[in-house]
Amino acid sequence: MNKFEAKMYPDSKGHFGPYGGRYVGETLMPALLELDAAYHDIAQDPGFQREFHELLHHYAGRPTPLFHAKRLSSHLRGAKVYLKREDLAHTGAHKINNTLGQALLAGWMGKKKVIAETGAGQHGVATATVAALFGMECRIFMGTEDIRRQAANVQRMKLLGAEVFPVESGTGTLKDAMNEAMRYWVGAVQDTFYVIGSVAGPHPYPAMVRDFQKVIGEEAREQILKEAGNLPDMLIACVGGGSNAMGLFYPFVDDPVGMVGVEAAGKGIETGKHAATLSTGSVGVLHGSKSYMLQDEDGQIQEAHSISAGLDYPGVGPEHSLLKDLERARYVAIDDKQALDAFRKLCVLEGIIPALESSHAIAQAMIEAPRRSPSEIIVVNLSGRGDKDLGIVDV
Amino acid sequence: MNRIGKMFEALKEKKEKALVGFVTAGDPNISDSLRIITAMCDAGVDILELGVPFSDPTADGPVIQRSSGRALAGGVNLKAVLEMTHNIREKTEIPIILFSYYNPILRYGNEAFYRDARAAGADGVLVVDLPHEESDEMTDCWTEPPEEGLSLIRLIAPTTPPERMAQIAESASGFLYLVSKTGVTGSDGLDTGKIRQHTESLRAVSSLPICVGFGISTPEDVAAIASVADGVVIGSAFERLIEENLDHPDLVSIIAEKVRVSKEATKMPL
Repeated sequence: MNKFEAKMYPDSKGHFGPYGGRYVGETLMPALLELDAAYHDIAQDPGFQREFHELLHHYAGRPTPLFHAKRLSSHLRGAKVYLKREDLAHTGAHKINNTLGQALLAGWMGKKKVIAETGAGQHGVATATVAALFGMECRIFMGTEDIRRQAANVQRMKLLGAEVFPVESGTGTLKDAMNEAMRYWVGAVQDTFYVIGSVAGPHPYPAMVRDFQKVIGEEAREQILKEAGNLPDMLIACVGGGSNAMGLFYPFVDDPVGMVGVEAAGKGIETGKHAATLSTGSVGVLHGSKSYMLQDEDGQIQEAHSISAGLDYPGVGPEHSLLKDLERARYVAIDDKQALDAFRKLCVLEGIIPALESSHAIAQAMIEAPRRSPSEIIVVNLSGRGDKDLGIVDV
Repeated sequence: MNRIGKMFEALKEKKEKALVGFVTAGDPNISDSLRIITAMCDAGVDILELGVPFSDPTADGPVIQRSSGRALAGGVNLKAVLEMTHNIREKTEIPIILFSYYNPILRYGNEAFYRDARAAGADGVLVVDLPHEESDEMTDCWTEPPEEGLSLIRLIAPTTPPERMAQIAESASGFLYLVSKTGVTGSDGLDTGKIRQHTESLRAVSSLPICVGFGISTPEDVAAIASVADGVVIGSAFERLIEENLDHPDLVSIIAEKVRVSKEATKMPL
């Protein structure tokens, strides 16, 4: 395995090796440079960091527990499975870590309006939440298909005072929402902060979102060392754009710990209806950065498919592309049916209803754990709660 | 000097400003698109911008998004656009600029793109989502100087500060494309005062011709912009006409007429 020098990336222009960068229209470039400078400032500013961590603690409810899923582990007859309970964070997913950071930064930069794209609605809810907390005007772009399948989150965003803009273009999913948010931002860039929800988009977003999310891995690392006395053998997290996975992985990149990112195989890789970007895609440029993506031979972006709206995206964060090429992380795909099975298993074995996104990671743990001895430890990022998915899953 | 440089010299002689006409290549289909483009060239377009359709045009408003969608539905890809370019080049000597997002070019291969674009008779390339910080990877394989071979047309936005304007201008060639306002293509509301200001700041750092685009539609808009810039870009307005007259038997002459009145407005009173 190649040693991954975590602190090397990204370079000053936002490149993670051959990936990342800033591929946007000129209108947005000055705003990205301004954001990069501001982010650089707050990353070093003790006052900002203190305020951020206080909010993570008192508002978001961190640290989230690391829970030893004993019934699941004994059912699997293998490695011990621990769940990092991001589902217990305020708003029910890890997304709040990043939106608190970005909203604080928006305030620091004097911006009073925020916009965001959302797929499953978790990032939209988390953005609407912090906008309410800081008294900011908030617009959320969401595909019409996702509005249909994640209706509960649409209601939450509206209750929180956000305006939800339905996006009909394409398949009405996350990619289309992001297109529309970028278009809106081009026209409003002078007074509007774009809160990107994943480790995707142009620099500095992939690095910034990772840094706001790395609290997940920092806590998990400390918790497992305290509880088990040693590092885990493997980390597992689902990957759509890849923010919960990057957040868990990053603090472990220099450790001898295996990492598995789980993409959505949708109806099956062979059907072509999937979102397995790293497993099957090729290198291209979408939404401001270079990374693996699902595209045809002409460079047109293809539609992704997954039962889980949060994984239904044909791109992936550039740092994951680098981790894949360096073989520092392994990327696999779990299909809709496997994810649904894992969803049900976790409900009845542990009394936890996971998000369909996170269920992909659980499903991979159900494959990995039986292959390992009970002395080994797997940490799964339970990135969100599943209440939002009750309309999708037949009860 | 390539055709772009020669065109601006010729226009200067005639005391006219350039009418730069954008259409999405292959909208509504390749053969109608070629008829439309030929008519536009005959009716007075000075520089042709051929849009390469892309699935996710994040810098474009709804009109060009839909035109791109129509072309893609007809199977138009970069290879087809280059074939169209070749076809147009056989009929006219007007400068042709390929207007694209980066991904179709990246996928085609930067070297192959350069070779084939030159062979087809293109004079310039404008890549909407490729700022100068990232563009070396595309141009490193360009063998001729840009004024002779392929010019790299760069965008300047209303948000671009003066020192950045200078950086961009340094590596630009052909002309500078000044975006009239913050927003996607086809947005409303032209502020001529602001555009004049931006044009002046740009002239202070570059001697390249300046063409202004985004949201320019009427002959009045054209005349106003022509009084401050060296060229006027019309895109969404042509695409809107194509869309409104998709089934109209006179589609081609409707577009040609729009070109004629726009071109008239670029001629400066002596």
